[in-house]
Amino acid sequence: MSAARAAMLPRPYRITRVRRELRDVFTWELEPADGGPPLAYAPGQFNMLYLHGVGEVPISISGDPAGATLVHTIRAVGAVTDVMRKLGKGDEIGVRGPFGVGWPVAEAEGSDLLIVAGGLGLAPLRPAIHHILAQRARYGSVAIYYGARTPADLLYRKELERWRGRFDLFVEATVDAADTSWAGRVGVVPKLIDPHQHRFDPDHSVALICGPEVMMRFTVAALQNLGVPDARLFVSMERNMHCAVGLCGHCQLGPEFICKDGPVFSFERIAPVFHAREL
Amino acid sequence: MEPLKPLDELLLEHPFFADMAEGPRKFIAGCGRNEVFHAGAYLFREGEPADRFFLIRHGSVAVELHVPGREPLVVDTLQGGDIAGWSWLVPPHRWANDARATTLVRAISLDGKCLRGKCEEDHSVGYEVFKRFIPVIAGRLSAVRLQLMDVYGDPGQRR
Repeated sequence: MSAARAAMLPRPYRITRVRRELRDVFTWELEPADGGPPLAYAPGQFNMLYLHGVGEVPISISGDPAGATLVHTIRAVGAVTDVMRKLGKGDEIGVRGPFGVGWPVAEAEGSDLLIVAGGLGLAPLRPAIHHILAQRARYGSVAIYYGARTPADLLYRKELERWRGRFDLFVEATVDAADTSWAGRVGVVPKLIDPHQHRFDPDHSVALICGPEVMMRFTVAALQNLGVPDARLFVSMERNMHCAVGLCGHCQLGPEFICKDGPVFSFERIAPVFHAREL
Repeated sequence: MEPLKPLDELLLEHPFFADMAEGPRKFIAGCGRNEVFHAGAYLFREGEPADRFFLIRHGSVAVELHVPGREPLVVDTLQGGDIAGWSWLVPPHRWANDARATTLVRAISLDGKCLRGKCEEDHSVGYEVFKRFIPVIAGRLSAVRLQLMDVYGDPGQRR
């Protein structure tokens, strides 16, 4: 079978665990139902998850790339994901992938790292965080800045608390609004990036940014103001991906196919279309 | 115990005044004093006269909106290196929010009336103060706009 044909064929996977993360967000752990080897992927890549008779959706991979289990964190926001939310342990789905270009974790070795996530944007960054922590000595200072809507909307909260307990990692979280029982920060994510709180060398830093596009826009501006060059800013773009191999054109953004050329782009490359209002 | 530094040296340590020339900094320092707030204490409360502002040196402050019949809503938090309060600049000089220390807070407060007087007396000092406040105010306005967008909310139910 040709590679192009194989890329269009879903492989059966079985759900081995379901974890409710938030009100409308759940995480699946999956293993191949065909007994074959686990999926090898790079942090930041995505899969097309297929439900027979319902449809197919692009979902970022959110597990540890060194682990044997395939992990996806999914928000129930549409016809396909609403049905997916009702599935449980033992149910089977189809998986195509992995697709796309991931985070530049190898190229970033030797640099300070600024990992900036908003809302569900922490999920596509989680494999990169696992990879970086496994290779911690290869990087300079590492900071994770995370923003969510309210304290109840913090994704992977226990893991965030565990990361925050490490001496070799700076972790700060903020929410848009809270009541007085919340002891953490309130405000927008870009405000967390403060060299007085956590030092980094802008010329030798790499920023990995994922979240709603508006949040990424403000974060990019904040990092530019602090002197981080555009070639060192990386954003994960989200568009309506269908074929995942750059054939159908659904996810085309200017000259770029998000599914094939991204979803991760350096800001230097994506800047010409990043601020485009209609494309 | 650490000996107390002169106030103009403490101002120099704060990012807000870090690049201000010695002359105007010493002139302004005459309006300042050291303050300590224990966790739970209020730096200021909505509606009270805004007679000063704070350079937070250490600790964390929650900016709150009081809503009758329910818990206050925390809309912002401020840290060491931040400024708390600009109502002293804007008539009628009354606080628009509550600001509560969530940890032990060490701050320098600057008397608003004294500082307004010095700004009137020497407009170059006024310019130095205002050119530092405008980016703070612009940054907070921009942040509030982003918060209002509710970017993390359910895409189908954005307000």
